[in-house]
Amino acid sequence: MKRILILGGGVGGTLTANLLARKLRQRVKAGEVTITVVDQTGKHVYQPGFMYIAMGGERADKLQRPERGLLDSRVNLVVGEVKTVDPATRTVSLVDGLQLSYDHLVLATGSRIVPEAIEHFDTEAEHFYTAEAALELRKALDAFTGGRIVIGIAGMPYKCPPAPLEVAFLIEAELRQRGLRDKTELHFCSPIGRAFTIESVSEMATPILEAKGIELHTFFNVEAIDADRHVVQSLEGEELPYELLILVPPHKGQQFLMDSGLAPAPGGWLPTDRATLQVGGRPDIFALGDATDLPLSKAGSTAHFEAPVVTERIVAAVEGRTVDRKHGDYLGKVMCFFEIGDGKGTLLQFDYDHPPRPPKPNQLWHLGKIVFNKTYWHTVPKGRV
Amino acid sequence: MTDTITAPAQTRTVDARGSYCPGPLMELIRAIRESAPGQVIAVYSSDSGSRTDIPKWVEKAGHRLIEVTPRDGYDEIVVEKTH
Repeated sequence: MKRILILGGGVGGTLTANLLARKLRQRVKAGEVTITVVDQTGKHVYQPGFMYIAMGGERADKLQRPERGLLDSRVNLVVGEVKTVDPATRTVSLVDGLQLSYDHLVLATGSRIVPEAIEHFDTEAEHFYTAEAALELRKALDAFTGGRIVIGIAGMPYKCPPAPLEVAFLIEAELRQRGLRDKTELHFCSPIGRAFTIESVSEMATPILEAKGIELHTFFNVEAIDADRHVVQSLEGEELPYELLILVPPHKGQQFLMDSGLAPAPGGWLPTDRATLQVGGRPDIFALGDATDLPLSKAGSTAHFEAPVVTERIVAAVEGRTVDRKHGDYLGKVMCFFEIGDGKGTLLQFDYDHPPRPPKPNQLWHLGKIVFNKTYWHTVPKGRV
Repeated sequence: MTDTITAPAQTRTVDARGSYCPGPLMELIRAIRESAPGQVIAVYSSDSGSRTDIPKWVEKAGHRLIEVTPRDGYDEIVVEKTH
């Protein structure tokens, strides 16, 4: 009996479980293999939709479904909070006392936001990294009648690197439509020396920022908030006043990974091999998605393209054969849509060796993103795309 | 470019080769935030933009660029966190 244990029921965990169930169905049926997903809430949340709660009339209840309904019937689901992982005894302990043993462990535990890491974040800054926060941002935008809006990034790495730029573009378009544009100054703070990390994307985005009259501040890594003066301060020693402050909150890996000695503090990101996705050189532990320390986008798309790699490696081990490197090595593939505003978008597609060459923004890519969001439940988690 | 100032021992290496998003500079900034003053970080970058981006940021943020060394298909950029 081989026990495959997957921690996390997000994109990476759910897709890996379903791909394994498909590839190993005969062995599962024969009782030779078990596949178990442990998820803290039992609810699968489509996080890319949060931005659209703030910017596109999306509803929170449309963005979550029961995890059980997305999992192959051959996969077991345990709803519970993980306390520790012991790689020596190959045991995972849950807060409720349940202990689960494994032969192969997949850590698809995602990232978590820690706005409390910045003093006054909760009272001064808006964000869109939870459904509740996105709704609060929507309310703040509805109440906004003019002034200075500052959009920035309060920690790295963070989920969905294009998101703050997308929000800047979408807010600018909205303010124009509401007749508030000439009463508003828009400031976008980039942590690096250009508008976006990827040079080709930056070359596309910079003229759009200029055309929309959004002032770009480079090398501005948000460090602190002065609540009394309503000023945001950077790691590099600059400050900007605001009437409405929108910040990407700091992110971390899961605390139990640090407590278990698998991920170093303070970030909590798992040391992961860029090709094999093995954690810390251990042949029986894999990581994917936001949980890794790989220098890639923390995005569902990354997990989506990593899941087949983890699947091939575990299936090869179960079947006692060598890994098919064509399917069992991750080449860094990521693909995501990028909203420009005014009903237009573009596409970013790249891997470790090929930077993206985004097509000229048009309505088609915007519609592509909308269709992808709406059909997600039937495609990605089930391994249909 | 190579600085001749004596280099303290490296205390951390960030392999950001193949990183386009979020990028080597952001990986460095993450490492800087997680390090203590005096620690030295080596970043490996295959993105040619890092040769100019990283020194510019290091200067603006007030840290110390120790050296930029071309390697086989990538650059090794060594930075000391000063404060």
